[in-house]
Amino acid sequence: MPEPFEPRTDPDVDLRVPADRRELTTRPATILATIAAGGMLGALARAGLQHVAPHPTTGFPWATFSINTSGCLLIGVLMAVLGHLDGGHPLARPFLGVGVLGGFTTFSTYAVDVQQALVAGAPGTALAYLAATVLGALVAVGLGDALTAGLLRRATR
Amino acid sequence: MTVLLIALGAAVGAPLRYLTDRAVQSRHGSAFPWGTLLVNVAGSLLLGVLVGWPADPAVSALLGTGFCGALTTYSTFSYETLRLTRSGHRLLALTNALGSVAAGLAAATAGYALARALTG
Repeated sequence: MPEPFEPRTDPDVDLRVPADRRELTTRPATILATIAAGGMLGALARAGLQHVAPHPTTGFPWATFSINTSGCLLIGVLMAVLGHLDGGHPLARPFLGVGVLGGFTTFSTYAVDVQQALVAGAPGTALAYLAATVLGALVAVGLGDALTAGLLRRATR
Repeated sequence: MTVLLIALGAAVGAPLRYLTDRAVQSRHGSAFPWGTLLVNVAGSLLLGVLVGWPADPAVSALLGTGFCGALTTYSTFSYETLRLTRSGHRLLALTNALGSVAAGLAAATAGYALARALTG
């Protein structure tokens, strides 16, 4: 019998979801290795984009802004698809959600870039980046989730 | 070399976020995403230290880009905020968004200042 994938708050792991509760005890090595592999891919993609589009300390961090907003759009899409499939493959969420998208997006670089812009005497850039990222991320995740869920409902009707 | 160090750091950081989240949730039943807040604040503090030090490029790739980058997450944070809003916990969603940003910035500032003070 399929178990509910929803309602969940946390896409990484939500202990209110029975399958999430069990996954680590049944096969810990597989789960952790899957997350590590996804995290490596996500982090390397992020590092590559940051490398090709560097920013001065006083400039707007476009690479990280694009990484975080697109990653948020994609987690919305992914969780809507997985919800539609009652969770899908047991390793899909650990690999794509926890690993790839978790490794791709970053909160630490965001916080430090805001702080560094403040230190460099660019409070306008710091504030614009701070607000644009958090608002852009929330709009993106809402759009990704709503559009995907809407399309999936239409396709299965 | 840099690529390998980033990959190695991320291979530790991402599973550590998952394990931290599980450990926090097994102790707190609340709807508020304390686990994600904890990893995001801890990662911002450590990255602040690395930038203020300033760390060697190899250390920066391993611990900064790889480990801190994979330990912390914007996608999980934003999805949790969305879900809190959708499930009627609007105040918790707003608290999570504003609180995470404020705490992350404070942690980055504290880490940077600490490293600067220690390295003179």
